[in-house]
Amino acid sequence: MGRKRKIKPPASPKKLLQGAVKGSEYKKEAFIAYTILIVGYGLLQLGAGIGLIGHNLQGQFVPICVYVSLAISLNLVVGISGELSLGHAGFMAVGAFSGIIVARMLEAYISIDSVRLVISMIFGAIIAALAGLLIGIPILGLRGDYLAIVTLAFGEIVRNIMNVLYFGLDDSGLRFAFNRMIDLEDNSQRIITGAIGATGIQQTATFTAGLFLALFTLFIVLNIKNSKHGRAIMAVRDNRIAGESIGIDVKKYKLTAFVISAGLAGMAGALFAQNYSTLAPIKFNFNTSVLILVFVVLGGIGNIWGGMIAAALLTILPEALRQFADYRMLTYAIVLVIVMIVTYNPTIKTNMSMRIEKVTSRIKIKKKQTEKGVA
Amino acid sequence: MGKKWMKAAVVAVSCMMAMALAGCGGGSASDGEALKVGVIGPFTGPAAIYGEAVKNGAQLAADEINANDPAFKIEIMAQDDEHDAEKSVNAYNKLRDEGMQVLVGTTTTAPCTAVAAEAYKDRVFTLTPSASGPAVTEGNDNVFQLCFSDPNQGVAVAEYMAANFPDAKVGVIYNNADNYSSGIYAKFKSTWEGKGKKILATEAFADDANADFTAQLNSMKNAGVDMVFLPIYYTPASNIMTQADKMDYKPTYFGVDGMDGILALEGFDTSLAEGVLLLTPFTAYSEDEDTQKFVKAYEEAFGDTPIQFAADAYDCVYAVYDSYQKTGCSVEDDSATICEAMIKVFTGDFTFSGLTGQNMKWNEAGEVDKTPKVCVIQDGKYIEK
Amino acid sequence: MSIINSLISGLSLGSVYAIIALGYTMVYGISRMLNFAHGDVIMIGSYVSFCLTMYVGMPGWLALVGAMAACTVLGVTIERIAYRPLRGTGSLGVLITAIGVSYFLQNAALLIWGANPRVFTTLFKGLDPIRLANARLVITAESFFTIIVCVVIMVALTLFVHRTKAGKAMRAVSEDNGAAQLMGINVNQSISLTFAIGSGLAAVAGVLMCSAYPVLMPTTGAMPGIKAFTAAVVGGIGSIPGAMVGGLILGIIEILSRAYISTELSDAIVFACLIIVLLVKPTGLFGKNTREKV
Repeated sequence: MGRKRKIKPPASPKKLLQGAVKGSEYKKEAFIAYTILIVGYGLLQLGAGIGLIGHNLQGQFVPICVYVSLAISLNLVVGISGELSLGHAGFMAVGAFSGIIVARMLEAYISIDSVRLVISMIFGAIIAALAGLLIGIPILGLRGDYLAIVTLAFGEIVRNIMNVLYFGLDDSGLRFAFNRMIDLEDNSQRIITGAIGATGIQQTATFTAGLFLALFTLFIVLNIKNSKHGRAIMAVRDNRIAGESIGIDVKKYKLTAFVISAGLAGMAGALFAQNYSTLAPIKFNFNTSVLILVFVVLGGIGNIWGGMIAAALLTILPEALRQFADYRMLTYAIVLVIVMIVTYNPTIKTNMSMRIEKVTSRIKIKKKQTEKGVA
Repeated sequence: MGKKWMKAAVVAVSCMMAMALAGCGGGSASDGEALKVGVIGPFTGPAAIYGEAVKNGAQLAADEINANDPAFKIEIMAQDDEHDAEKSVNAYNKLRDEGMQVLVGTTTTAPCTAVAAEAYKDRVFTLTPSASGPAVTEGNDNVFQLCFSDPNQGVAVAEYMAANFPDAKVGVIYNNADNYSSGIYAKFKSTWEGKGKKILATEAFADDANADFTAQLNSMKNAGVDMVFLPIYYTPASNIMTQADKMDYKPTYFGVDGMDGILALEGFDTSLAEGVLLLTPFTAYSEDEDTQKFVKAYEEAFGDTPIQFAADAYDCVYAVYDSYQKTGCSVEDDSATICEAMIKVFTGDFTFSGLTGQNMKWNEAGEVDKTPKVCVIQDGKYIEK
Repeated sequence: MSIINSLISGLSLGSVYAIIALGYTMVYGISRMLNFAHGDVIMIGSYVSFCLTMYVGMPGWLALVGAMAACTVLGVTIERIAYRPLRGTGSLGVLITAIGVSYFLQNAALLIWGANPRVFTTLFKGLDPIRLANARLVITAESFFTIIVCVVIMVALTLFVHRTKAGKAMRAVSEDNGAAQLMGINVNQSISLTFAIGSGLAAVAGVLMCSAYPVLMPTTGAMPGIKAFTAAVVGGIGSIPGAMVGGLILGIIEILSRAYISTELSDAIVFACLIIVLLVKPTGLFGKNTREKV
């Protein structure tokens, strides 16, 4: 990415093999990320329990979890394997709609909501991973912005096809049609009606399910990042030619990351779908893909917990801006641009980082002192 | 590590700042004696025109009530949903936090379906001005529609056409990405074909109001269609009429209530809409005295000619006002109490006459019963048929 | 006959895409950024032109000039305020900023012009369509002029880039920014010029597009923007003739698939074609294959 592929000085083999994450750094990253999730969950549950948090924020618990895990899974592609993907919402859509269908089919057999939810999420993940494999095999040979546009195209194709898919469930079983209505006896038998999407979804998603989704996604992604696989992927990201020359099968590793990321997005989609009673394909348009990418970029590309925080904050932000009434989305846009300039502009960046370094080093010193005190 | 810390910190700080800013603007000034009516609709995004109309219409009605009835105050609280189910539920929850007692909303069908499910669980009485899909009321005893439901419109149009234009060669262009449009089309098709008639050409488009329609229009032209049924909103309709005119194709158009507004469209050559038939409960050009009064007040307040959505919302607020008087509730009651009382009134012998219909009645399913009007556009005006 | 009719509408739509794609491709060529706000510049241009004709009473062509001026200023301002501070920090940061700018423009337009759509008065009012073969073949004035304007722009732009000093400087900067700077080329100026030209062209594209498809809303530019971006990539992003050819191909495919395959799936078909082209030629039709050296 970036400027016209500049030829980087060949990295020393030692540096390459070390990858980007050292063991201790990995532990620290994992610690922070898991802590954020669990503490965040605890605080929010507590706040809701004692009535400190209103309906508005409570209603966003599940979407926040979904967006947090989408940010984590997209980071696997954008941050760790270094490919720009603009079609994450496409995989989310595949997972969401296949999840809805499975959940509906299981209604007659499984009465426990959470079991049905989990099965549908797993199924959604599998289908989305298959979609990831299908699209990943041909396109991962493409580089940089070309890959970005193909993923964008994929997302739009998925949405377009969803617009003409019809599913229904009646006594004779699951019914399917392409580009035409199904004649069903009554409306409640419809599962997915083309562009209108799914209606009458059982709302089985819960905050706890959201937490487990985020934990699971985090677990998978962190493990990949810290595995031999992950180091190989990052070596290729940092210097493809050097990576290839020491025998890394670039395509295989990138494909693995891509497929896993797609599967995790599908799982998140399935949970998201079952948080509302209706879901239309338009939800999964280009804007949603971009929104997830914004989380990743704003949180610092490759920084997993940064992306998580950005996802949570940016999900709440438009709600918090409701007081601005008509100027709400305009304010959101301005905040976004300013934050981007502040975090990415080199001059402001060094200036700020020096100040923050000062603060953090002070905290560190204090911490060490207290630790010593305890010991 | 320093960089990452820094970045995260900056993001966090700026978001916090925005939120803090957001926090200080707020606080709705309620005197505790007003009935709090929530309004939800898209005020931003591609569907903003409908949400804005609903917000304005509701506000106008509330202002009138507050000015005329010294014993009763009504407070309108409006929230944006960007025509998105997720955001709509957020908006609904926000309104609940602010103490909403009755919901007039939401404006569009898909978000309304999502909100209706929540309102059903929370027991908030919901009267939607314009979400006409059947999924909105299905299974929700607390949700009522003031507009025609989509299937009813489809049936009404098919019956009117069969009675008045038995020999018409009918084609349809509909928006398959829109609940409203596909809903009307589906019922129109089954009723029309149930009468042993044929639709010569059916074409769809997906939600893009500014697309190229020449392919669809060519298909109509080649099939010899002379009456094009357009169960769509007036914005794409204006586009279709303009493009058809350029292709020298001049069929008769038949619209539904979404077609109202086409004459008020700034820049539109209204001569293209000459002879358009439409089935609508409201037109801003009606001679009706109340309508004239409403249109005048609306234009003064908001600078635009009201579309049907505004009239629907206006009626909704009055319907809530009328029915609420019958419940005997007090404004201190919580939403659940009001909800049960309102349901009883609405499913009872309550009737309401407003801009969009006389003697409207509601059934237990939440659908309204009113007579549709068919109008024709002549000399840039709607003439009732 | 109907296939020729479709081809002509395809060419005309494609010409609009091509003009928009030129803006994308030039900006990408010189600063390696995907300017997702470009589609919204088109929308602003159309609104400005609309206001100038409706409220000021200017003739169409003068309003077009006004819109071009407004968009040029807008484009340069956006680059100066939002993109320049991030230059050289990798394309992802700028990409997100561009998306922020796009949200900003859409919502600003909503606040300025309101949610009510406007119907754009065609630039070619009063011109009769050309009717051939017993009026079975109808070429609207809009199609005819859109295609002509597109060709003129293409030729002018190619001449500008190859024959003038400023154009050569632009090419130098896009070839190698650092070396160009060493040769005494003012890189900032070159990039500003590129944004100015791209945005001016966006205004032209907007007016032509709205002449043919007259509905004007704050979101009008979004979808054509994405499609034109696709066109630029099909042609090989960074290449001027590529943008042209890509745009035309895309327009024709879109109209033909609407007419003969399915109106609902035409977008899916367009995007599928993009994927196929890139699989066969990974850098687009006219893209340069940069060889990587170790």
